[in-house]
Amino acid sequence: MPMTTERKLSLRPSATFPQHVLDEIHRAADQGIYEIRGFGAKRSLPTFDDLVFLGASMSRYALEGYREKCATDVVMGTRHAKKPIELKIPITIAGMSFGALGANAKEAIGRAATAMGTSTTTGDGGMTEEERQSSKTLVYQVLPSRYGLNPDDIRRADALEIVVGQGAKPGGGGMLLGHKVTERVAGMRDLPVDIDQRSACRHPDWTGPDDLAIKIQELREITDWEIPIYIKIGATRVSYDVALAVKSGADVIVVDGMQGGTAATQDVFIEHVGIPTLPAVRMAVEALQELGMHRKVQLIVSGGIRSGADVAKALALGADAVSIGSAAMVALGCNRSVFLEDYEALGTAPGYCHHCHTGRCPVGITTHDAELQERLPPEQGARWLRNYLTTMVLEIQTLARACGKSHVLNLEPEDLAALTIEAAAMAKVPLAGTDWIPGNNK
Amino acid sequence: MKAFDLNTDSVRELNQYLHDSPSGKLSVTNPAGRHCIACGIDNAVEVSIDGHVGYYCAGMNKTAQITIGGNAGPGVAENIMSGSVRIKGNASQSAGASGRGGTLIIEGDASARCGISMKGVDIVVAGSVGHLSAFMAQKGRLVVCGDAGDFLGDSIYEACIYVRGKVGELGADCIEKEMTAAHVHGLEDLLVATGVAANADDFRRYGSARKLYNFDIDHADDY
Repeated sequence: MPMTTERKLSLRPSATFPQHVLDEIHRAADQGIYEIRGFGAKRSLPTFDDLVFLGASMSRYALEGYREKCATDVVMGTRHAKKPIELKIPITIAGMSFGALGANAKEAIGRAATAMGTSTTTGDGGMTEEERQSSKTLVYQVLPSRYGLNPDDIRRADALEIVVGQGAKPGGGGMLLGHKVTERVAGMRDLPVDIDQRSACRHPDWTGPDDLAIKIQELREITDWEIPIYIKIGATRVSYDVALAVKSGADVIVVDGMQGGTAATQDVFIEHVGIPTLPAVRMAVEALQELGMHRKVQLIVSGGIRSGADVAKALALGADAVSIGSAAMVALGCNRSVFLEDYEALGTAPGYCHHCHTGRCPVGITTHDAELQERLPPEQGARWLRNYLTTMVLEIQTLARACGKSHVLNLEPEDLAALTIEAAAMAKVPLAGTDWIPGNNK
Repeated sequence: MKAFDLNTDSVRELNQYLHDSPSGKLSVTNPAGRHCIACGIDNAVEVSIDGHVGYYCAGMNKTAQITIGGNAGPGVAENIMSGSVRIKGNASQSAGASGRGGTLIIEGDASARCGISMKGVDIVVAGSVGHLSAFMAQKGRLVVCGDAGDFLGDSIYEACIYVRGKVGELGADCIEKEMTAAHVHGLEDLLVATGVAANADDFRRYGSARKLYNFDIDHADDY
């Protein structure tokens, strides 16, 4: 007997096997290989949204919102480098490779970062001329793959970032599927065209913190000790990793939480490896404080940063700056509701797209297709990203002034309360309305 | 000839001089296993190091001709771009790692991961190499006059490996390939150029089966 509409409405889905799980099992049965996709974790996680600021009132004095200065400048690499990086805002642009992103996107990011007085970062594919020319302050990544790595680009970089891991896939290497390995990308990476490029997950010439200390010494010798050296880690055993990064000689440590994005990796990696950014910040700050290195070795936090509020909360927990990747792409138009037929052709829709790995980005960001890239003129992209960064800075200043701070780095954990027990435990700030920090035995 | 004695001069002073000096000859005595000696050179200098060196000697070398008169620690000539580095003794692991050009000659043996991730360098080893040599090797040539350890050429791309002696278990996607006349001639030229006495006809060639270049579930067991 055919089912009636009423009967359908009473159907009960399985909590263990919801529709997306059923779909994934069906897909795995069809294809026999794990899902590879872009973007970051889609599962619900404790975030900075679970914290609120305690604005000034009787016991604290607020600053006038539009009159009294609230500075945003930060300096990176004061520990060893002769030429530390001076940034006008505490928001940097994360490493995203030419390969994962098209040339227009990289140029737009460089232009926007330069206009805002902040840095941008290369990625797993080397430095492009467009990127160097458009970026006043460029951080050059030294990755396990060593694709395109050369001493000339090292010497024209403003800082080096040794990538040990990233939040989307701590313990995993980069990935770029064959349809994005164009002639130019392949040439830069010394690889054949069209292969599925799977980068190494370990560096080829060092294996632990003792080796890394010597590797850093080598990079300092090559650059005559002039530029800062960052170490980037995916957030897992943050306390130990940050301490070892300090021991290895890092000037700056970048901690990337599990919400951090990627252009392509296994879905199981994105969703099931690493810890959220919220506890990672606190753990990193505590590790630095225990070593007496907080504010001496700068801390950059990334992974799911979306707004000035997120930035302000990360700074209040003790970070010196944040880094954005996915959010910068969204500002460039990622998941914007345009070119709907192209989203549909990929089997997705605006708001759901994570198809960076396909090279068919409907808005021209993660593609090398000339026609698609025309949808992102660098000037327009730079304008969007600049507007977004400006908005974030205004938001940070708004929150900082409300807490009575004349510099955004003066924000502190005492300015925060948690809305959930989980956030209180992870960030180690009191649950709102109490003085209770779960796990704090004092 | 300019001379540096690392018992009295620092590695920093030596490297700064090498970075600033456009050409000429230079000798280094008492290296005593110190790290990062003569790295990042971008000048046509000739450097002679009298003794053993630590990690990353001659790292990222461009143009310079460097001779190490002893053994070398890990990562010697890593990411070499051009020029040549000659080691009179043995080399530790990851010799020539990710090298993109130039020539690395090891007159003794090389340890594990020799030529790992190499991207265009020519590496000639008069002795033997350890396990996982030419791991993920992308371009260039690795020549082994002795034996090669297990997992040779694991996940290799378009690099070319020549071995005269015994080869352990081959790595994933690495196979023996035909030694054509062109390969023999090319190898002969390389051996002559590097001054390594060996007959090119005695070598076998290894390279990529190219089965793992793209995801294929039928090859999942090879990983």
